[in-house]
Amino acid sequence: MLLTLLAATGLGLLRIRNLFAVVMLAGVYSLLSAGLFTVMDAVDVAFTEAAVGAGISTVLFLGAMALCGHHESRPGHTPLLPLFVVCLTGIALVYGTMDMPPFGGADNPVHHHVADHYIEESYHEIGIPNVVTSVLASYRGYDTMGETTVVFAAAVGVMILLIGARTRRERPGGEGGDG
Amino acid sequence: MNVELLVSHYNYWIVIFLMMVGFYILISRGNLIKKIVGLNVFQTSVFMLYITLGKISGGTPPILTEGEAVYSNPLPHVLILTAIVVGIATTSVGLALAIRIKEAYGTVEEDEINRIEAGIEAGG
Repeated sequence: MLLTLLAATGLGLLRIRNLFAVVMLAGVYSLLSAGLFTVMDAVDVAFTEAAVGAGISTVLFLGAMALCGHHESRPGHTPLLPLFVVCLTGIALVYGTMDMPPFGGADNPVHHHVADHYIEESYHEIGIPNVVTSVLASYRGYDTMGETTVVFAAAVGVMILLIGARTRRERPGGEGGDG
Repeated sequence: MNVELLVSHYNYWIVIFLMMVGFYILISRGNLIKKIVGLNVFQTSVFMLYITLGKISGGTPPILTEGEAVYSNPLPHVLILTAIVVGIATTSVGLALAIRIKEAYGTVEEDEINRIEAGIEAGG
């Protein structure tokens, strides 16, 4: 049922041209998907998605929208080619799912490679009851460090872009006449 | 098309539907902010695919408790935690770029930007 709601929200996102409504719907979409993650036992993911997807990214979008205006103009070209490409990709992907194992089966191949080891041994090896935490912080600690590097790089990039914009605005004539 | 297949693959198909909605927004809409929203929808659908793969029917969240229990697979959860954080990083850089484009061109519509570019080339 949540999935059907999500699909409906997605369609709403596609149709609405007022960006304020779009951003709010994107927040709703994030929150619905957080609910879905909870239902599917991924509590840590749901928590992060609710905080980051529904919280921080909505704030970011609102901030960007305040600077860029909140109305989207009507697309100038016919949507036939994109629609064709999207349908083709969708059909190919659905064809691909025909070989996928059924949802929720305990015998699915995903569950029997290294996951068993983590579930059985991580408490003795790490001492944290939450398996997700021990894998994230210990077994894959380097990966998490790489992730923080990515976030740092993104923060630096955003700052450079926005500070550059401000200094150019303060010195009019320094840029923009090079056409 | 039998009912069993529909029930067992419903999640995958909705995920693909959402993915295609995001993809369509991304390639058919001219507004840069709308494009980034589409990119987000696409990303979240991929997260859902991974979490779907990790779910075991009747399982519990992978937090170890006393006694026997069936735990869902924790590995997709870890991957997706990382992916959510990287996703917000790309979103923020994309929005900052959109703001810069607004500063430079006065618009975030792709068509108008193209028109301005063409005008600059013709006039310069």
